[in-house]
Amino acid sequence: MRVVIAEDSILLRDGLIRLLAANGIEVVDAVGDAEAALAAVERHRPDLALLDVRMPPSHTDEGLRAALVIRAQWPEVALLILSQYVEERYAADLLASTTSAVGYLLKDRIADVDEFVDSLRRVADGGTALDPEVVAQLLLRRDKSPLQRLTDRERETLSLMAEGRSNTGIARALHVSESAIAKHVNAIFTKLDMPTTAGDHRRVLAVLQYLSE
Amino acid sequence: MTTIPARVERRLAPRHTAYVVLGGVVGALAAPVVWTLASLATGLLVVVVGVAFVGLLLLVSEGLSRWHRARAAALLGVVVDPPTAPVEPGWRGWLGRLGRATTWRQLAYHAFVGPTLLAASAAVVASCWGGGLVLVSSPLWSRVSPEVLALPGGLLQGVGRIWVATAVGFGLLVLAPRVARGLAALDVAVLRPMLGETRGEQLSPRVTALEQTRAGVIDAADAERRRIERDLHDGAQQRLTSLALNLGMARSAMSPDAPTETRRAIEEAHDEAKQALAELRGFVRGLHPAVLDERGLDAALSGIVARAPVPTSLHVLLARRPPRTLEAVAYFVVSEALTNVAKHSGATRAAVRVTSDADRLVVEVSDDGQGGATTGAGSGLTGLTNRVASVDGTLTVTSPVGGPTVLRAEMPCGS
Repeated sequence: MRVVIAEDSILLRDGLIRLLAANGIEVVDAVGDAEAALAAVERHRPDLALLDVRMPPSHTDEGLRAALVIRAQWPEVALLILSQYVEERYAADLLASTTSAVGYLLKDRIADVDEFVDSLRRVADGGTALDPEVVAQLLLRRDKSPLQRLTDRERETLSLMAEGRSNTGIARALHVSESAIAKHVNAIFTKLDMPTTAGDHRRVLAVLQYLSE
Repeated sequence: MTTIPARVERRLAPRHTAYVVLGGVVGALAAPVVWTLASLATGLLVVVVGVAFVGLLLLVSEGLSRWHRARAAALLGVVVDPPTAPVEPGWRGWLGRLGRATTWRQLAYHAFVGPTLLAASAAVVASCWGGGLVLVSSPLWSRVSPEVLALPGGLLQGVGRIWVATAVGFGLLVLAPRVARGLAALDVAVLRPMLGETRGEQLSPRVTALEQTRAGVIDAADAERRRIERDLHDGAQQRLTSLALNLGMARSAMSPDAPTETRRAIEEAHDEAKQALAELRGFVRGLHPAVLDERGLDAALSGIVARAPVPTSLHVLLARRPPRTLEAVAYFVVSEALTNVAKHSGATRAAVRVTSDADRLVVEVSDDGQGGATTGAGSGLTGLTNRVASVDGTLTVTSPVGGPTVLRAEMPCGS
């Protein structure tokens, strides 16, 4: 897998390069601002672009805007956005343009190196990785929606689904059996009036579309 | 009137007398001039010549005012500052003068106070001195020319009456300094507000200046908060993330047969680093997030509301974006209020509402907790009250024991 990194902190950029290299992922370019990131993506056409949201010159949402440009111009490049804080509005912008091969995680998550690398691979394979905080913020806006009909357990399940986890992953996270999760998932689809379709991927897309509608 | 020693009063008597008499003479003489100019100005205003008389009237009025102020300064040591409001040069300046209350007060002083109060005061003081001197010296007069004493109505006939007249004269002379001082004080009391500035006029530029410096201080504090947020974001947070990443890599790469102590040390260090990172993130996010400047209150609030330990709903209904300073205060109010809800209320649900109408921004944070919160107890609410007051807003907390608690901040946003 070939990756372009855009992160303005040199310390963290070096750490990410080492982390990816240690996991057999090739970093073809590592840059410090959004403009350089766009140039690097254009030159290298990587499998995935790993972008920090807050970069020079204005230190606001450069990385996010670069992500939207990349998605529009080179849709085959997967996007993983990292940020010191996740912002629901940024997530909404991102998910409005795309719901596949995209991730938005807190920077804290890279400390859990194995999970982080898993998320990165999942996104590169066309999946999603949304931080639990993103999901919580997106759900915040939906309190007048059918989501209110969900039980707490179903809500938890939905959050984990939106993070991109499989039934097995959710079952492990909630310390219950996989069949129990399958039951929750079916209940969620029924309550949200969604046709049950096969496959984790389409399931996540449905959830994301619902969240970002 | 304050009591002053008789000796001092006697010593100052010439000054008081001169003050009152000069004022009366000039006041009486100036009034006809002012009246004539005023009637010419109003009568001829339809013809353009009237404008010239208006100008002349104002010039005369200002000149007289200057003279009266100089009179007070020179004879009484009372300094009356002339009105300081700026006057533009040219015809705009003249129009501006007509619109100012102080111009009309000065005219009124010269037209009405001069010929009445000032003239009458001068007459009284002059009579005291003059009458006193004449009566005191009546024994002298009676010898030189007894018929002179018949002048005041034939009252003072005979030798015994002469001594009565002397006594009355003496009384008048004793009284004269006090009368002069009293009437001088009365004139000063009238002159000061009419030819100078009223207390309100004196304070108004000060209020404007204070408003400006306060706004400056608030902006500086906001800028400082942004700077601290930025510094922590670029410095400590990145370094700590990098540390947590390195410990994570060490933990992940550790061989299964590493000594238990080493394993535990690295695991604990890794967990501590992550915990520190989360705590720092919570703190920094409460300061002044970049998203607040960039996307506004609604976007910034979802971050802290979603992270609140107590399930909280958020409704933001803003007709237009409030000024940045108010956004920062509103953000702070919600941030602090939610911290309090989590720490003290024991609530199971909370709600944040931000609304605005034409002239105010209203922030309401309510919870279903045990209530009993007061603005006095706990520095959190005191800090909030001050922060809201700094933008002329009010903070009210209704929190009966048993709940619910509603914290409401109302801030004017007219400007």
